[in-house]
Amino acid sequence: MESGQRFSLFRYAAPHLFYPLAGRLAPWFAAAAVILTLVGLYLGFFVAPTDAVQGEVYRVIFIHVPAAWMSMFIYLIMAFWSAVGVVFNTRLSAMMAQALAPTGAMFCFVALWTGALWGRPTWGAYWVWDARLTSQLLLLFLYFGFIALTRAIEDPRRADRAGAILALVGAVNVPIIYFSVKWWNTLHQGASVSLTKAPSMATTMLMAMLVMALASWAYTIAVVLWRVRPLILERERHTEWVGDVLETAEGRA
Amino acid sequence: MLEVTELACLRGDRMLFANVALTVRPGELVRIAGPNGVGKTSLLRLLCGLALPEHGQVCWKGVPLAQGREAFHRDALYLGHAAALNDLLTPQENLRFAAACHGLGVDAGACELALERIGLGPQRELPAKVLSQGQRRRVGLARLYLSENVPLWILDEPFTALDVAAVRDLADWLDRHCARGGMVIMTTHQDVPFATPMRTFDLAESAC
Amino acid sequence: MLSVFLEVLRRDLLLAWRNRADVLVTLAFFTIVACLFPFGVGAEPNLLRTIAPGVLWVAALLATLLSLHRVFSQDHADGVLEQLLLSPEPTVLWVLAKVLAHWLTTAVPLIVAAPALALLFDMTQSATEVLILSLLLGTPILSLLGGVGAALTLGLRGGGMLLALLVLPLFVPILIFGAGAVDAYLAGTGATAHLMLLGGGSLGALALAPWACAAALRIAVE
Repeated sequence: MESGQRFSLFRYAAPHLFYPLAGRLAPWFAAAAVILTLVGLYLGFFVAPTDAVQGEVYRVIFIHVPAAWMSMFIYLIMAFWSAVGVVFNTRLSAMMAQALAPTGAMFCFVALWTGALWGRPTWGAYWVWDARLTSQLLLLFLYFGFIALTRAIEDPRRADRAGAILALVGAVNVPIIYFSVKWWNTLHQGASVSLTKAPSMATTMLMAMLVMALASWAYTIAVVLWRVRPLILERERHTEWVGDVLETAEGRA
Repeated sequence: MLEVTELACLRGDRMLFANVALTVRPGELVRIAGPNGVGKTSLLRLLCGLALPEHGQVCWKGVPLAQGREAFHRDALYLGHAAALNDLLTPQENLRFAAACHGLGVDAGACELALERIGLGPQRELPAKVLSQGQRRRVGLARLYLSENVPLWILDEPFTALDVAAVRDLADWLDRHCARGGMVIMTTHQDVPFATPMRTFDLAESAC
Repeated sequence: MLSVFLEVLRRDLLLAWRNRADVLVTLAFFTIVACLFPFGVGAEPNLLRTIAPGVLWVAALLATLLSLHRVFSQDHADGVLEQLLLSPEPTVLWVLAKVLAHWLTTAVPLIVAAPALALLFDMTQSATEVLILSLLLGTPILSLLGGVGAALTLGLRGGGMLLALLVLPLFVPILIFGAGAVDAYLAGTGATAHLMLLGGGSLGALALAPWACAAALRIAVE
């Protein structure tokens, strides 16, 4: 605890300090997510011009692309927290990784779903074995694997550490998977239609996309902060401060 | 010398014990006592480095386990509940493998001798799956006869499933280990006649 | 230091020999999976020739997957794993020995049987040679990555399915380059790049996987 006081950066790595902080910050990020989403959707669906080639359908990219970005970022962040947990043996980092995984899987699924909706009019099929879509699908399986493994292990500390190893192994493999799928794709299909390379991106389109990307960041942070709070309580329930927290909660109720 | 300070053990979501302090010096025979479920096996697993403590540390010759893992494992022998036998291998093969993994340079002759001393001479070349519970136990214990130079023995219920004569022989061998300046930490529910004065550490006092 | 490596390797090979029915079952599984495909897609020779590398690679992958539980589970149940973890020698050494034993007793029989199966799919001799080479270079990655998965799922309920979910996505690149090597050879572009990538992957997995595996095993016995 004393070292935590001195190094302000690591101060909030202590679960009992992070718990109230997470509770205070989460609503702000949630509000930011709502506002940004509304602004982004308004920009994307009403302000941005209709695409000359693809018509109105292209507007799905305002959801699809930020979701795809986010799903990849979240895996990287998970791997980052896992590495921190393995190296510094900080408990909070493993909880962060676990809180992130379901959101990552959700974004992955949204990216796949919107990709299929976008693909139907564009390619004439809901699913083509496009390199990006295929990597996204494999990423979804990696998320499922992580979630399934950490849920299957009963002892929470063992689950944290096993999950960290899996996340790191996965993170090493993600670029390899992406590269190999891309290689396979060019051999079998020729050049694929890229979802992000809209011929000429109008400024408003770019703006809408950026706002939506920020919205998904804010959403992720808010959800993760909310999700990590019960995880902290669960993991630390043998400590005194959790007892205090639960007592005050009961008193309020 | 083995030194344990402020050791705490978390099992699942339950704190088994906390603030365990224990020092074992050469020649000492320590029995960890306490009712079932108090965490005796968990303590032994913490002592030998198989599990990580929630709090506190274990030091061997003044060095924390985390820093001197390899040196410690050379100096320590842990025999747990499971006999560490593969059913398809003979006692001789099992024992030789266990000794080799522990870095003991023993040959087949020494293994034969150890099995003879523990009373498994005739069963030496049978697959382990035909052995009785007591005989399986003995194959594990035969390692003690190869580990005279390993100072620290950590034994989890070594006397279970042994007959009276075998209990006496084993107690005698543990006495001789302590007389040589070795250390024995063990759990047992039996009353065993040791010549060495036995120190009892009651884990129930540290239970949470 | 090498002695623990050799001891573990010798013991695991001896156990595989005493348990040789297991090896034969894996081999039979490999064969039957490969033989199912013609029933599913039809016995048109050109089609079979096209799908042969992919089919044999998928079959090898599944056979490896089903044999992975053998690497650590018996030792985990017997308590041998605890004793190995208490060995003063570095954990990665004997982990590597165990993985090597798995590769020798699972992948090598598959590779030996592959030419016979290639005949069933009417593959040319030179294409079969490329396939064998790709299997030789690629299957070590399956054993190494699979070892990590097996260590992570050790002692869990429903561990087998979970193991498949964990490792199959990681196996995709190996499948792509392995089957791709033969396709590239048949297309006339040469299989060198694919084989180099597989070899590089094997070296990379050899450098990293044993550490992950050792860490996972420590967690599993705790």
